[in-house]
Amino acid sequence: MTLWANALMEGVLLGGLYALFAAGLSLIFGIMRLVNLAHGDLIILAAFVVLSVAAWLNIDPFAATLAALPIMFLAGFALQYCILNRTLGRGLLPPLLVTFGLSIIIENGLLELYSADSRRLHGGSIETSSIALGHSIGIGVVPLLTLASAIVVILALNFIFYRTALGRAFRATADDLEISQLMGIDHPRIFSIAMGLAFVVITIAALYLGMRANFDPTIGPERLLYAFEAVIIGGLGSFWGTLVGGIIIGVAQTVGAQIDPEWQILAGHVAFLAVLVFRPRGLFPLPVD
Amino acid sequence: MALLETRRLTAFYGDFQALYGIDTVLQLGETVAIIGANGAGKSTYLKSIAGLIRGPAESVWFDGQPIGARQAADVMKRGITLVPEGRRLFPSLTVEENLLIGRYGRNVPGPWSLDAIYTLFPALKARRNSASTTLSGGEQQMVAIGRALVSNPRVLLCDEISLGLAPIVIRDLYNALTQIKAAGTSVIVVEQDIVQALRVSDRIYCFQEGRCSLSGRPTDLSREQIHLAYFGT
Repeated sequence: MTLWANALMEGVLLGGLYALFAAGLSLIFGIMRLVNLAHGDLIILAAFVVLSVAAWLNIDPFAATLAALPIMFLAGFALQYCILNRTLGRGLLPPLLVTFGLSIIIENGLLELYSADSRRLHGGSIETSSIALGHSIGIGVVPLLTLASAIVVILALNFIFYRTALGRAFRATADDLEISQLMGIDHPRIFSIAMGLAFVVITIAALYLGMRANFDPTIGPERLLYAFEAVIIGGLGSFWGTLVGGIIIGVAQTVGAQIDPEWQILAGHVAFLAVLVFRPRGLFPLPVD
Repeated sequence: MALLETRRLTAFYGDFQALYGIDTVLQLGETVAIIGANGAGKSTYLKSIAGLIRGPAESVWFDGQPIGARQAADVMKRGITLVPEGRRLFPSLTVEENLLIGRYGRNVPGPWSLDAIYTLFPALKARRNSASTTLSGGEQQMVAIGRALVSNPRVLLCDEISLGLAPIVIRDLYNALTQIKAAGTSVIVVEQDIVQALRVSDRIYCFQEGRCSLSGRPTDLSREQIHLAYFGT
């Protein structure tokens, strides 16, 4: 019984990481209907940026992430403004092709710069710290921080979306691009701010990915798959939905692993397919989509 | 000097030419109506002024500046706003959010605060937190007008605001236009409803197949002249 409870708990906490993977993807898709195939590789790129900043400044990964956030925001803004904006409004294919190409460039660029060796963000004693729940269940501090960060990120994104003028501009642009221009909304700039925000979320995801497990330049596409699944389970454009989607995949994986370690990844995908069968639009689809 | 002027304005949709050298003038404080049958080019004319269709810079002049090549967001920031045909409210925004987004690009002091919009259209105040999709057609049109007004524009462009609405609602909307004009905003109204257009306007232009077929003051034009210019027969 304790093993199952532990598996369930681990799954919920793992869901926080998947929600962080998914939130940036959901943000971008929700505003500009851009499917970013480079999202997973961007997470890995951000992990290497945090790793490098931590090494250069000799600081811990949390401080390095704080230092990297403005750099990554600007990188996201520039990527959108200079490249991705040019692909929008010309059908589905151009953004798919460009982001696919970008993912290949990032992966190979990282292999060239950092080699294929596995890396890890070392957070010191916090990595092994845990909080005991009763005699036999313990919650790792880093996984708990991951879930808490996912919740804070989603709260912040919801605040921006539903309580600020910028959020109104995001939603108006997503609703009707042509009419949003009549409101004085400069949509290339709005899209670039959105991508900058997505990069901030990506960097936070990268911190916890790097502290939780080893990473190397080739593991991006798998993160993209988890992010996609969490977004689709939750319902496109719903931030809380991404958290629920992430938790469902996380729990499915840990419960699957509990049954048989080889079932871990498969169980996550099966859960995704099961949700698709019964709720093709996800669990929390937006009323306007 | 005219507040807004089009000079030999042309507009194209791909290879199709929708406007053929339209010359119009809007003076400060004036209300001008553009009338004409379906496909005459009225909406294209408004879109060209608003920057949704761009052409040579010198084809549209506002306040002495050529703006024909400017983007819509830039035109709005200069003080020209459009109430689009079919309302086109933002469905994911509430009524009040739809109004507030109207001043995203331009927030200048003037007579049209949020409270003033609610005074102009009292029905909206009680629905301020409702989803815009739940409103009646008339209420949606009020939101669309309020959204264009809340930035205190110098020129308000209205595209077929009576389309699909009950006569009593149309009357209320046109009464509101009279108040908007009285507050100092210049207005261009595109209409198929000739009676309403003639009632509120200082001058009219009649469009036929992308060309201006008639212009003048409503009081100076006969019913036959308007009929001929409108239908071409």
